Amino acid sequence: MHKSKKQSTHLPLFILGGIVLVILSGIVDELRVYQGATIAVYVIAISSIILLTGYSGQVSLGHGALMAVGAYAAAVLRAEFNVPIILCFIAAVLAAAVGGTLLGAAAARLSGPYLAGTTLALAIGLPSLANQFPILGGEQGLAFDVGFPPLALGEDFTQYKWYFWIAALAALISMWSVRNILNSAYGRSWRAGRGNEVAAQLAGINTARSKVLAFTISAGIAGLAGALLAMTIGTVSPSAFPLALSFSLLTGAVLSGISTLGGVIIGSVVLVAIPEIADVVAHRLGSSESVTTNLPGLIVSGLLILTVLFVPNGPVEQHRARKAKHEAAHNSTKK
Amino acid sequence: MSLNVSNLTVHHGAICAVNQVSLAVPTGTLAAIIGANGAGKTTLLRALSGLNKPTSGVVNWMGQTITAEKPEKLVRMGISHVSEGKSVIPELTVRENLELGAIWRKDGKEMKESLDQVVTIFPRLGERITQRSDTLSGGERQMLAIGRAIMSKPKLLLLDEPSLGLAPLVVEQIFQTIRDLTTQMRLTVVLVEQNAMGALKIADLGIVLNLGKVVAVDHAQVLIQDPAVRAAYLGY
Amino acid sequence: MQLLNTLLIGITAGSIYSLMAIAFVLVWRSTRVVNFAQAGMALLSTYFGYEAVSRLGSFWIALPVAMIGGALFAALVELVLMRLLVKHASSGPIAGVAPIIATLGLLGVIRSVISMIWGGQDLRIVAPISNNGFTINGSTLVFSPLKLLVLVVVVVLLILLSILFQKTNLGLALRASAHAPEIARLSGVRVDSVRTLGWALAGAAGAVAGLFQTVNGNGNFSPDSIDFSLLLVSGFIAAVIGGLDSLLGAVLGGLFLGISISFVLMYISSGLFFIAPFVILLIVLFVRPQGIIGVKAGRRA
Repeated sequence: MHKSKKQSTHLPLFILGGIVLVILSGIVDELRVYQGATIAVYVIAISSIILLTGYSGQVSLGHGALMAVGAYAAAVLRAEFNVPIILCFIAAVLAAAVGGTLLGAAAARLSGPYLAGTTLALAIGLPSLANQFPILGGEQGLAFDVGFPPLALGEDFTQYKWYFWIAALAALISMWSVRNILNSAYGRSWRAGRGNEVAAQLAGINTARSKVLAFTISAGIAGLAGALLAMTIGTVSPSAFPLALSFSLLTGAVLSGISTLGGVIIGSVVLVAIPEIADVVAHRLGSSESVTTNLPGLIVSGLLILTVLFVPNGPVEQHRARKAKHEAAHNSTKK
Repeated sequence: MSLNVSNLTVHHGAICAVNQVSLAVPTGTLAAIIGANGAGKTTLLRALSGLNKPTSGVVNWMGQTITAEKPEKLVRMGISHVSEGKSVIPELTVRENLELGAIWRKDGKEMKESLDQVVTIFPRLGERITQRSDTLSGGERQMLAIGRAIMSKPKLLLLDEPSLGLAPLVVEQIFQTIRDLTTQMRLTVVLVEQNAMGALKIADLGIVLNLGKVVAVDHAQVLIQDPAVRAAYLGY
Repeated sequence: MQLLNTLLIGITAGSIYSLMAIAFVLVWRSTRVVNFAQAGMALLSTYFGYEAVSRLGSFWIALPVAMIGGALFAALVELVLMRLLVKHASSGPIAGVAPIIATLGLLGVIRSVISMIWGGQDLRIVAPISNNGFTINGSTLVFSPLKLLVLVVVVVLLILLSILFQKTNLGLALRASAHAPEIARLSGVRVDSVRTLGWALAGAAGAVAGLFQTVNGNGNFSPDSIDFSLLLVSGFIAAVIGGLDSLLGAVLGGLFLGISISFVLMYISSGLFFIAPFVILLIVLFVRPQGIIGVKAGRRA
């Protein structure tokens, strides 16, 4: 309907968002800046899940593993060949995209719980492979150092702020791309296939190819998120990409509203905020250490269940649906 | 009157499939509900057996209000429903399908008696008692579905399109069996049929449903002669 | 001798996977949900078993305690979580993935709560009999009295389960509800209760799997044990190999997976422990997408 309007107005919006973030990073303290970088990483990772699950209807519990692929690709290039950092990030995208294509090709024959279980097996299996290849550094992993901020930014410019700038820029670019991909013909074909695969096929959409493509793009974005996550931690190791990471991303996506890209910031902020909130709660209650350490996990999982039960399609979508229902009821009584 | 329906309304989402239907079926009567595709016949039947929840209205069976009771409870009150399409479970054997009908009765001896009774009515099922039911022909499956319903010792039998997809000869046979069962077991039967002629021929009472509403109720033999009914549903 | 060894180890591990696969199949058949919390339930049951062992001192009391505990907990999950799920999340873009997400959330909740109650450290359940291998003609096998015991108990349970399913009215109700819930209801089966029962049986099967997985390993377990992640994945894969809808398929799938992994580890590389199940699953999906026991509408559930 007003597609052209939508696309033309968004680039300035994203640039404006960037400027706001830059100003913001100058005001808040170091911890917040670091958390900001983490939020940006989650924004990217969750948007990859939303694209795949919310739009293309495929569930992946293996995105943690795809993030690991991206992170290792970037770290190996950096550590072994001292490749410029921007190329490392691009390599992360490409490597994970290749992995995603392979997985997607297998996945195109699967759906629902089968796909979930298969990717789950990957998430458990893949990180352990790092121990098989010496170049990947085994349990200790590899260092991943993006280097100091350029001197041109001034002497006071901290490392964390540099992380934040890189991650935020990457997040803005990813969000902008994902938004436009979802509004393109591909995005529409995914939604059509999600709703009714047979009908989509009859309408001339190659659903298998379109699903694989969704996996490829989603994996590439996840790979970027993986490399950025490695940047904020400083190393890449199997333990940085546990099963819990894949679950957290899914939680973030569900909290955001699985099919509303705009909600992605909600999920990201909540994921970063939960450990802090849990800490405060645990201290208030004066609980023991085992409770304190496990409270964040409990909150994440509990939220996941509660959201699925009570706000299944996310806060944004829920509001929209309620409004539509209200109007429908209104119309039928009139009739 | 054993079955009394008054002002029953059933919705499918926003669509009103059954609209203010009232009807009465006396004990021992075979009532045929006929009407075009989408007239609401199946929805009405499913509401009687508890599979669909009515929006409003009352269903009364033998003096008890049964509106919106669950099907598993209604079976225990003597109401058996044979749903549309040969309603058997293909993964189970013929014997298991039949035993399923009596599963709530818990009494092994009674189950055996009912099994003998069904096999007497449908000797074909007896010959194939150990086979998986997906090896049966269409007609045999319909017999099995009716047999399963009889296993629960029903007083009210609700039949949804038993002739669907069967060869004409088999249809005639099934209809004759339904007629015989009604008389011999003193059943009350509500038969929903697309095959209006076949159904009216064996029925005592005819009910015509159109767009969710009852448009005609009369003796089946009278309806067959009715010019309007003939033109609309009997094709001549 | 090595061949026999590999085979016997594979069969033992496979019989445990079979139990787990049966748990998946029972839940799938009763509610059309793949229960990713199954491993969490098995873990919780193992803690129940641990409590029984440490209070009453006998593994043979722990086993039924774990089974009953697991069954009750699973029934509770079905009664509360699954029924709410059907009520609230059965439309919109989430509908297809809601059960997956909910059971994953449950897995997380169970693990966190276990860690809070029992702590994160390793606990230990001592096996009832020796895990030292049998000796034949002077050479020692890895196959031990304990592994033999595991195998025997699993076989006995499988026989009991098949009697329940094939010979009793309850089994008939379970099968009818799985294949055609509407016809089952029309025949007077209380399908809702039968669903809960299906979950309870799965909980009990998972409990045995969890307990045996623990004693068949080194006896140690913790909320984060990789053993249980592996049990989750292996059980799921075994169930998929078997077609997800068939109890016999689950047993065969478990044995096939156990034996295949055992051979891969012995003859290719023991470093492939975690990735082998995934690769075997992929191969099976490509070669026989309908599972060992061919079910037509398999994967696209």
